[in-house]
Amino acid sequence: MLIIAALGVITARNPVHSALLLVLSFFSCSALWLLLEAEFLAIALVLVYVGAVMVLFLFVVMMLDINVEQMRKGFVRYLPVGALIALVLAAQMIWVVGPVGPDVLGDDSLQQAVRHDADYSNTKELGRILYTDYVLPFEIAAVILLVAIVAAISLTLRRRAMTKYQTPGRQIKVKRNDRLRVVKMDAEAKE
Amino acid sequence: MLTVSLSSYLTLAAILFAISVAGIFLNRKNVIVLLMCVELMLLAANINFIAFSHYLNDSAGQVFVFFILTVAAAEAAIGLAILVVLFRNRRSINVDQLNEMKG
Repeated sequence: MLIIAALGVITARNPVHSALLLVLSFFSCSALWLLLEAEFLAIALVLVYVGAVMVLFLFVVMMLDINVEQMRKGFVRYLPVGALIALVLAAQMIWVVGPVGPDVLGDDSLQQAVRHDADYSNTKELGRILYTDYVLPFEIAAVILLVAIVAAISLTLRRRAMTKYQTPGRQIKVKRNDRLRVVKMDAEAKE
Repeated sequence: MLTVSLSSYLTLAAILFAISVAGIFLNRKNVIVLLMCVELMLLAANINFIAFSHYLNDSAGQVFVFFILTVAAAEAAIGLAILVVLFRNRRSINVDQLNEMKG
């Protein structure tokens, strides 16, 4: 299912379909991670990717209206070379890690996973190791996220010339005489 | 009971990585799909990390996946922001027309 969804991502005609298929592939990957007893990361994948990043992707895809036909022009031309390179790459990597090739994985302990007890908490274990052994990388990751926020906002922020906004400094500095003018007039006779 | 070995997970990740490489070749006009392919590549790497961490019984791999997720989210955000600015300036996100850099 992951493979089918990933194939759909790269071959979908419409970028919106492509993004939705990417969501599907993230979901199936998250199910795989649940099978691998990485529960916290599976939930985090769904929350972070499906919840945040893919919504971002969908926003951008829908915001920029793209000429789909023009985008598809080079597809058929690049299909043979792309498929060839992908096949070669997949064959090489499967040859190394798969069941047929050289036995790089070695001992039999890798063939059988370690089963944890029922009261084993993946989140607890991950949190413990994250806040003890990996504190500094954790802080760096936080700084990276902050830099990403600042960069994204400063890239997309623009000042429109037509926007009306108020300057508080000038508002405070203003004196009575700037706004109010007392006009002396002679009284007029009643007719 | 049916047991799934480590090599099947690694094979799956390899196939996923190859698919995303093919996607980069096929969709070289569309920057958004290129970004999605990069996300798929990172996902394949994460599958490898988690599979090894599970089979070696070592939580460090999952910490690495955590950091990769962080960096991938930051990368996606910045990439999409650059894309929005690009579209605003050029009215197009065609890669072929992006061969010049002007301040």
